[in-house]
Amino acid sequence: MTSISIAFVPLTDSAVLVAAREKGFAAEQGIELNLVRSTSWATLRDRLVYGQVQAAHMLAPLAIGVTLGLSQHRTALAAPFKLNVNGNALTMSTAFAAALDPDLPRRIDDPIAAAHDFAGAIGLHFRKPIIGVVHRFSSHALMLRYWLAYAGVDPDRDLTLRVLPPSLMVEALRNGEIDGFIAGAPWASVATAEGIGEMVAGGARIWQRGVEKVLAFRTQWMESEPDLVDRLLRALSRAAAWCDEPANHAELAELLADRRYVAQPAERIMPALSGTVVPRLGEPAITVPDWLLFHREAAGFPWRSQALWIYSQFVRWKMIDPSAKAERLAADVFRSDIYRRALGNAGVPMPGASMKLEGALGAPLAVGAHQGALTLGPDRFFDGRVFDPHHVATYLAELETR
Amino acid sequence: MRIVIVDDSGLRATVLEEGLREAGYEDIHLVPPQGPFVARIERIAPDVVLMDLGSPSRDTLEEMLAISRALAKPIAMFVDQSDEDMIGAAIDAGVSAYVVDGLRKDRVKPILDLAIRRFNAFARMQAELDEAKTALAERRTIDRAKAILMESRQLSEADAYALLRTTAMNQGRRIAEVAEALITASSLLGGKM
Repeated sequence: MTSISIAFVPLTDSAVLVAAREKGFAAEQGIELNLVRSTSWATLRDRLVYGQVQAAHMLAPLAIGVTLGLSQHRTALAAPFKLNVNGNALTMSTAFAAALDPDLPRRIDDPIAAAHDFAGAIGLHFRKPIIGVVHRFSSHALMLRYWLAYAGVDPDRDLTLRVLPPSLMVEALRNGEIDGFIAGAPWASVATAEGIGEMVAGGARIWQRGVEKVLAFRTQWMESEPDLVDRLLRALSRAAAWCDEPANHAELAELLADRRYVAQPAERIMPALSGTVVPRLGEPAITVPDWLLFHREAAGFPWRSQALWIYSQFVRWKMIDPSAKAERLAADVFRSDIYRRALGNAGVPMPGASMKLEGALGAPLAVGAHQGALTLGPDRFFDGRVFDPHHVATYLAELETR
Repeated sequence: MRIVIVDDSGLRATVLEEGLREAGYEDIHLVPPQGPFVARIERIAPDVVLMDLGSPSRDTLEEMLAISRALAKPIAMFVDQSDEDMIGAAIDAGVSAYVVDGLRKDRVKPILDLAIRRFNAFARMQAELDEAKTALAERRTIDRAKAILMESRQLSEADAYALLRTTAMNQGRRIAEVAEALITASSLLGGKM
């Protein structure tokens, strides 16, 4: 047995790590998995950067931010595996949401209309809306910005984005410190179940296949331990398959509910897993089948084009000055080569390419794969824009002129 | 040297503050990480910010450091990235430190060393306190279980205790666990608590 420590933040999308440990997938590969609970992204980052853990359950944009030197100590990080796709929701106070479309399924299903409604509601609110985001370098913040910018909202001018840890969002909403928040599961379900907020948008409807958490290593460590890294990825891939299987969701929710992990009741964790969410207390649930993906459609595959989309948003929101060097460094964080090496013979469908157009698929499409059959699900952005990773500057210029 | 301690545990913050004062630092401010604590820190304009590594509010603080215009100089984490031993010890102890740009390492190191020692001492104190609390709670549980046995089976206190102990030994469990189970069973059966 080789021992590996992995830092995680208590969220539903730590599921693959928890299942790898609790269901024996790590042990099968001769790995004793030690999961280190962290209550802030800063502490998770420090534990990884300073070598207290070998890997971390990290926000994909944060892994890129650390590599680019945007978040404290610059360190080269590598993400050879995505731990999930999608899973976020925007929850607003009932007072704010009163100005939006009262038809809840329509609100979630039609992000274009909802974005315009939201933009209108900003002016009606008694103050500049304060929205909790989990981190400046989070997929949540980038998605919220992308969504509202479509309707002419300048998130840095028209909103106050306040960084809060996911576990404090519900309390802050209850106290009126914030008017809403965008966070990963289970926090939207916790807030709606308590009747203090309602879901206004789902990440899976803003970008149908949005990047969320990755497994991040220090590049140097990852390259010094190829065999161990490959075994870990095989364990996680099998764990992800187990997590995606609907028959296992109830058991998975119970595992995550444990106080060592998410420490929330299983019935709050279940909605995101099953894609059956209650957007407002007392209303019927709505079903969004791709609310959260772990394994299907090669969900774990780190498309370099997705890292580049994240980079493009950093540039768009002036978090970094554009440069060829930064662009290359960002793309290199997503190590599809390591994924291929580790899982090449593991019987999982393997994409033929490492870059693709993001947002080009309106319907499921069978794509070229080295082994097995691979069908990619629809990956559209809600506004229909397509991101060509070879032309970042053109894409950004087009976003400007909307 | 102006130092801010961000901490929600009153006791730990006090332990740290006392240590710093003994070492001759006088300009020390305690700020609990609640509500608009970031604005308070901006007004204080510290040279060093010490914060519990386990605090969920670290991301909020770092966001302030990233965007604040009120701070004259940037503040970054730890002092000298080359001092890996000290950073390791700080993380082990649960200390994170943010230091204003340009502050000399030899001026910051003693503060960090002291914070590490005090955090470690506090953790030991906390562990001892928890142990004592657990022991006390277990004694109360055992007393209640004894009372139930004495009443329902007409035993003397010594016999009731002996029965609990024998049961625990036979089942390979701790006496407190057996007592807990007995109290639960008794309340389910409608007995007196």
